[in-house]
Amino acid sequence: MTQCRVRHFNRTRFLAIRIAVLLIAVAAVLAIDAHAQAGEELLTTDAEIGRAGGGLVVAQRVEPKTLNPVMALDNPSRDVIWRMMADLVHINRQSQQTEPALAKAWTISPDGRRYTLTLRRGIRFSDGHPFDADDVVFSFQVYMDEKVGSPQRDLLLPGGKPIVVHKIDPHTVEFQLPQPYGPAERLFDSIAILPRHILEKSYQEAAFPEAWQLNSRPEQIVGLGPFRLKEYVPGTRAVLERNPYYWKADRAGKRLPYLERITFLFVGTDDAQVMRFQAGETDIVNRISPENYSVLVKNQNGNYRVSDLGPGLEYNFLFFNLNDLGQKFPQVSAKQAWFRELNFRRAVSSAIDREAIVRLVCRERGTPLWEPVTTGNKLWLNPAVPKPPRDLDHARDLLKSAGFSWTQDGGLLAPGGERVAFSIMVAAGNAPRVSMATIIQEDLRALGMRIDIVPLEFRAMLDRVTQTFEYEAAVMGIASGDVDPTSDVNVWLSTGSTHLWHLHEPRPATAWEAEIDRLMQEQLTSSQFKERKQLFDRVQELIADNLPIICLATPNILVGAKANLGNFRPAILEPYTLWNVEELFWR
Amino acid sequence: MKKLNQFRVAVYSLIAVHLVILLGGFIAPYDYAIQNRKYPFVAPTRIHVIDGLGHFHIRPFIYGLRYRSPEYIEEDEQMYPIRFLIRGSAYKLAGFLPARIHLFGVDEPARIFLLGTDEYGRDQLSRLLPGGQISLLAGLIAAALSIGIGLLFGIVAGYYGRLSDEIVMRLAEVFMVLPWLYLLLAVKGFLPLNVGPAKSFLLVISVIGLVGWARPARLIRGIVLTAKERNYVIAARGFGASDIYILRRHILPQTMAVVLTQATLLVTTYSLSEMTLSFLGLGVSEPVPSWGNMLASLQQYHVLTSYWWMFAPAFPAILVFWGYYTVANTLQEPTP
Repeated sequence: MTQCRVRHFNRTRFLAIRIAVLLIAVAAVLAIDAHAQAGEELLTTDAEIGRAGGGLVVAQRVEPKTLNPVMALDNPSRDVIWRMMADLVHINRQSQQTEPALAKAWTISPDGRRYTLTLRRGIRFSDGHPFDADDVVFSFQVYMDEKVGSPQRDLLLPGGKPIVVHKIDPHTVEFQLPQPYGPAERLFDSIAILPRHILEKSYQEAAFPEAWQLNSRPEQIVGLGPFRLKEYVPGTRAVLERNPYYWKADRAGKRLPYLERITFLFVGTDDAQVMRFQAGETDIVNRISPENYSVLVKNQNGNYRVSDLGPGLEYNFLFFNLNDLGQKFPQVSAKQAWFRELNFRRAVSSAIDREAIVRLVCRERGTPLWEPVTTGNKLWLNPAVPKPPRDLDHARDLLKSAGFSWTQDGGLLAPGGERVAFSIMVAAGNAPRVSMATIIQEDLRALGMRIDIVPLEFRAMLDRVTQTFEYEAAVMGIASGDVDPTSDVNVWLSTGSTHLWHLHEPRPATAWEAEIDRLMQEQLTSSQFKERKQLFDRVQELIADNLPIICLATPNILVGAKANLGNFRPAILEPYTLWNVEELFWR
Repeated sequence: MKKLNQFRVAVYSLIAVHLVILLGGFIAPYDYAIQNRKYPFVAPTRIHVIDGLGHFHIRPFIYGLRYRSPEYIEEDEQMYPIRFLIRGSAYKLAGFLPARIHLFGVDEPARIFLLGTDEYGRDQLSRLLPGGQISLLAGLIAAALSIGIGLLFGIVAGYYGRLSDEIVMRLAEVFMVLPWLYLLLAVKGFLPLNVGPAKSFLLVISVIGLVGWARPARLIRGIVLTAKERNYVIAARGFGASDIYILRRHILPQTMAVVLTQATLLVTTYSLSEMTLSFLGLGVSEPVPSWGNMLASLQQYHVLTSYWWMFAPAFPAILVFWGYYTVANTLQEPTP
């Protein structure tokens, strides 16, 4: 009997030990995924600790054009790609300051030309392959290769010469710049670190631009971002799954991201995006028009919240065709005499009712603009740029001083005696910009100008602006990618590829364009913020004074998300909502 | 009997709608292009006869408006009585008589918007009426153009036959398969950028009208073919009547029934075509209104869900189309 009890006791204890061992083993297996392995230098975020699990559904207007981070130019592509990629140093979209990413630390030499970056140890790509300095050297080689033709290449050539990248040891990389670079380590933001073990072959076969297209096999697309591609259904959706090797953890030491997957649905229009969100089919809406925002606010039912983040970095503007047309389009070149007249442009600017644009187009959720830097960019805005209100008398005086006159019935006559009439081109699909053009049409009618609005399909319009130059004036918008003026250097330099009003200038066409060139180059190489700010302040003054573009308004950034989405912290820098996707979780 | 009543109602409502639209400038209180930028998307103005104190007024009045997000509220401190035959913006009565007197209006600074305003604060009623002029005129002119060409070609093909018949009918087949929407897109692509509203209007109607002649031409040809074999036509020819005489005296009257029904059908079809094109942004350009470009703002989700008065142009359009179809139906029926 005693013996029996002892045996029974022994058996129970043995079972308990066995279960304990089993539990420890299971926990250990789980820990490999959830927690840092030995020697793995994870980045700890200070966001609220969340719960793992669940998926996120996001609607996107159009599908990506490519999944190749080096070649992607458009937002739809970048929004998807950058959930799967990571950079060395990252600009925090909320604080707008740089923070460590794949590089845990960096030093800059006193002359501002040598950057030494220390990489995180022990971290892996989304296919489990280890990451080291060779991947960094390879990535920069690809980005700077002229044959690859990355749209970001220009940013990596300060002063026109490439950056020299050295591997010092597997976890240290040195960058030698040909000249000091004003924005400093902001340079590394949005340069994706590529897996050399996957892409080197296609790069050597000169097939890099064709790598990672929409029809590539998901397991081939490998990155260091929080998610990896699971499935891509052309024209319908992209499904991303959690990257189990991601290099960030929360304060409890749990590996991020919390979400199991993200689904991007391609829905076609902004309205469809809002309708899906309102119906609860999607969890985040990345950009809401002011009109749709009021619809969402009105019908708010507690399931979602919408936020107005204030002015973004987008500036909408009217500009005239100042290109050298030679013998082409005599009808347009005849009118260029007016467009080149500074007082004509000033009169137009003075006649435009920017407050009305904000009220009617942005539904009060926007800010009038007199310069291309918005109030959203607190760091670089020059508050001294004058903001004259609408003044038709002043506009008439300006026109009179430039030799314009009026007919009996109020029509404006150019100095040469012809009626002032021109067309404003605008992207037909962009309802806010069509409305802006309609308001300008009515404003300029008060000066006696006859304006025709020409809504064109966006690509047809872009073709006229950048290739054929067959247009008179146009309303467009540019959304800066970063607060730093370097992000728009292509717009202001007379040789820049987005110097819209006058492309391919062999040398600066005007004295003020020459001065802008000089100021932009200087601020690009200065490492003192104060000095750079002074230089860029002057650029803003020159633009506001000479009006190559007549700035109109900036809409507020309006976003929405389900109410129970944790750590949702939208920002005014693109990609407004998903920049901290690894921290998002469901409450 | 019921049919006949329907026919009468249709004819009377057509006359009424056309009359109202013809006198649009007089009935509308404002100019169609005037933007009241303080009042975008204002709902139709409420007309009162009893004031805040409960007093009854014989002359109806309105209150001023103030915007308090997210809606407009009436300011009941000041009443604005509705005045009739009031002086206002200049317009041309029935398209040619310059005038300034409007049927009704209110004193400044108040505004009366019987059908609300659009996104620029333009009075919907003051746009609906000239918009109707454009849309209906487009239908009428394009139909006249189509019928005119159709009549000419139909008679030539039917009466002279042989080679001319062969050529005209093959040409008609080509025109019948032309996708006019794409044709118009292509024509627009070739034009210079600054085509004024008047020119773009003419362009739209002429393309619609020119492309549509084939169907009436085929029908008329059929009528002419049978008519020219009638005994009295052969007799007339025997007496030495000229072609012109025979056509005018004996053949044209035969085609009138077809011409009339075709015309009533084509007016609606072509008005609808103009509305479709303007709805898609290919027709009449801003700020000139047409029922099509007024309805275009409904393509936006927020307008569709929030501002019901933006549907206004759809109702007169439905009435007009119903009227024309009823007339056409009755014309097509054999008389008892």
